[in-house]
Amino acid sequence: MPTTMRINGKAFQSSSAPTARLLDVLRNDCNLKGTKEGCGEGECGACAVLVNGKLVNSCLVPLGQMERAEITTVEGLPEDSALARAFVRCGATQCGICTPGMMLAATALLAEHAHPTLEEIRWGLSGNLCRCTGYGRIYAAIAQAAGGPADV
Amino acid sequence: MSLTGAPSQRDQRADSPARVDGFAKITGSALYVDDLPCAGGLFGATVRTAMAGGILQEVIFDPAMDWSDFVIVTAKDIPGVNAVKLLENDQVVLVERTFRHAGEAVVLLAHADREVLGTALKRVSLVEQPNPDPIFDIDEALQAEREIIPGNLYTDYLLNRGDLAEGERRAEVVIEECLRTPAQEQLYIEPQGMLARVQANGDILIEGSLQCPYYVLDALVQCLGMDKNHLRVVQSTTGGAFGGKEDYPSMIACHAALLALKAGGRPVKLIYTRGEDLRVTPKRHPSRTLIRLGANKAGALQFIDMDFAIDGGAYRTLSPVVLSRGVIHAPGPYKCPNIRVRGRAVATNHPPFGAFRGFGAPQSIFAMEVAMDRLAKKLGMDPAELRRKNLLRSGDVSATGEVVGADCFAHATLDVALERTHYHQRLAEYKTWNAAGHPTRKGIGLATFAHGAGFTGNGELHLASRVSLQVLAHGHVEILCSNTEMGQGAATTLVQIAAEALGLPMDSVYLAQTDTSRVPNSGPTVASRTCMVVGDLIQKAAERLLRRLREAADLPASYDAQDFAAACGRLHAAKGDALVTAHYHPPAGMLWDEQTFWGRAYASYAWATYIAAVEVDVLTLETRVLDFTAVQEIGKAVHPVIVQGQIEGGVAQGLGFALYEEVLWNARGVMANDRLTNYIIPTSADLGDIHVVLLEGGLGAGPKGAKGVGELPMDGPAPAVVNAIQQALDIDICQIPVLPEYLLERCAVKPPAQGMLTVRREY
Repeated sequence: MPTTMRINGKAFQSSSAPTARLLDVLRNDCNLKGTKEGCGEGECGACAVLVNGKLVNSCLVPLGQMERAEITTVEGLPEDSALARAFVRCGATQCGICTPGMMLAATALLAEHAHPTLEEIRWGLSGNLCRCTGYGRIYAAIAQAAGGPADV
Repeated sequence: MSLTGAPSQRDQRADSPARVDGFAKITGSALYVDDLPCAGGLFGATVRTAMAGGILQEVIFDPAMDWSDFVIVTAKDIPGVNAVKLLENDQVVLVERTFRHAGEAVVLLAHADREVLGTALKRVSLVEQPNPDPIFDIDEALQAEREIIPGNLYTDYLLNRGDLAEGERRAEVVIEECLRTPAQEQLYIEPQGMLARVQANGDILIEGSLQCPYYVLDALVQCLGMDKNHLRVVQSTTGGAFGGKEDYPSMIACHAALLALKAGGRPVKLIYTRGEDLRVTPKRHPSRTLIRLGANKAGALQFIDMDFAIDGGAYRTLSPVVLSRGVIHAPGPYKCPNIRVRGRAVATNHPPFGAFRGFGAPQSIFAMEVAMDRLAKKLGMDPAELRRKNLLRSGDVSATGEVVGADCFAHATLDVALERTHYHQRLAEYKTWNAAGHPTRKGIGLATFAHGAGFTGNGELHLASRVSLQVLAHGHVEILCSNTEMGQGAATTLVQIAAEALGLPMDSVYLAQTDTSRVPNSGPTVASRTCMVVGDLIQKAAERLLRRLREAADLPASYDAQDFAAACGRLHAAKGDALVTAHYHPPAGMLWDEQTFWGRAYASYAWATYIAAVEVDVLTLETRVLDFTAVQEIGKAVHPVIVQGQIEGGVAQGLGFALYEEVLWNARGVMANDRLTNYIIPTSADLGDIHVVLLEGGLGAGPKGAKGVGELPMDGPAPAVVNAIQQALDIDICQIPVLPEYLLERCAVKPPAQGMLTVRREY
């Protein structure tokens, strides 16, 4: 039985097996290559997407659970937002492979805490590994996007 | 630089234009190798040896499986030489008979369906006659009767200055230690991979995640026996590398190309899973250092004696050059008349170790800096004071016999770091805290070090790098070089250097995609050389271009972008193609003797003092870094935000090296914790504040006096953290990572009667 969901605001029906990973459905069926596979076991967060507003690792989610779900990938985020501008300006992206997941983690964090403290930012990103930045420039970008100083 | 010679400190956010690759990366539109379109393509996979070396007797394909729709490649399909081209041709592309470690490639398979491919991998059996007694330990390799190679020695170096016996006579206090550092995984978040296509004319196109496109090209030429004009290597967006994509991409590219040659025109994508990447690709060399230091009672170093050995693994690969950098950096930024460093790279049955940020220096600097604290303790002297007494100054002679010039800022970094961290005040506070019986102990520790940028010694001369600038008719300029953006910001920094040198806005300058059919060989993207060496070549090419535009196309002395575009149009009309090329010439006085380790090893050294403040829980023995301060003199920060990101990221990797990252080996010498679940790198929740202070003396060999900066931040965190923990717990630590289990063995500190234990009973 096909699974029906909304991806980045558009209805999508997948006839892949219910055990298919959401990650593969997004990358292969929907050609949404912004969602990355870093480890395939839910540790790195490179494949993070929003499901009904919640941050999840799409490599751990079977398609069968996505019936009527609202899914947002990095391609569904606005290209020109305060967050996007801050990420570029503050040096929050280096190699960029973790960046889509980080953008979604930051989006989820800011939805919950419009003005997060540094501690809240740290915990909000703790499921997303970045090997390049040491996280400091990402904290700065999120703080700046939230209207605070970039100097956290 | 100010008149007093003190380097300037400046606003780190000034002069930092937006990254040229920023938009594509934040929107997810940047294409990494696994994202590249591959219509009608096949997926590749690799069948590997399981034993730690031995003889391959037979390969059995399960007869119950239909192999007709698979592409199958073995060693006999290699048209050229069965060896990965690097320093020496000792590593095979595919095992034919003998092999040296578990995880060597034997059979390559390709199929259109990834799941079917996964099943097929299990249906190929290798009959291996294993080595009876594989070797996995450095000292065991040096003493073993069984030889992987003669003497189990890839390289044996000796740096010898002054007279060690004389130093021993003059020394009043001597310490002796054996210090160890483990393997460390680069853990780029994008696993390695390549895409190979045979094009209609028979040429081969390789696209993939890589640092050094010309290394890959040379490897393909040798393995495929093809002329380089029929091979093309293109870098796809690369999701981190840190040295880990320096040599191994050559192997994967050869594999992908061999599959593509038999795939009847269908492209082949060979992408490693995380586990495969962790098990078989090179990591940082484990090291063992026997070190003796002697000083007089005033703390002046009289001798440094080190026996520095690294585990090279089963093939030579990059070990000799890793070793030479380790040896040169071993004696630290100190003045000492009598120095002996013996360096050996030994053969074991581990998969080969390779490049990882720092390239041998983090290992030997760890030993030297931890030993310096041991010496300070024995002298009854503050560790910072001991360093101040011994740090090099301009006019001193370095360990390689070079008279240190004006570009020496070791003392400045120490002064600024001590002041910024309130070092002495915190030292006293922590002493009081630790005496008060709290459930934690605190310590503050430091490391002073220098890191040389660019290839060691005559390496840059041998590379003979070239960079070109191509003028486009509408006044835009394209940079043609083989250096790669892998996250470190090279694309932005190089464009910034060119734009500034040409007096153009940044959006008038492009960095060409790294494609060996278009770009000249400007050397590999390694050794902290891109900004300094290649950036300098870009600046020289820009000067040459302006000269040509003035002479041949009437570019006025003072011009704007419009004048520039008009002159470019005239140049095109008059001469057709407009391309200028700059060639590398070594800086004056760049003399180096590789036999005796004598002379100027690097065009520039960056100087640094790193300070860690830590808190150790007495009950759990977990260490938390309270805050970390990185002060470094880097000549000039071309793009301060990128530099800051490089340093913070390098420090984070260094903190992982110090506290968390442990490669566990199984009985066959393969990484046992081959998952992100159990190979632990720092998360945002693990790291405390990292403070970065950039000092600019402006005397580096790069553009505007810049020096290489990429590797420097890897050198200091581990010794600074270890020195802080030693102070907190009043124990001696001899290895990293400093896991609670290790502290439990070393630690005499017992949990207090009250505190955590009491709290637990109240639950």
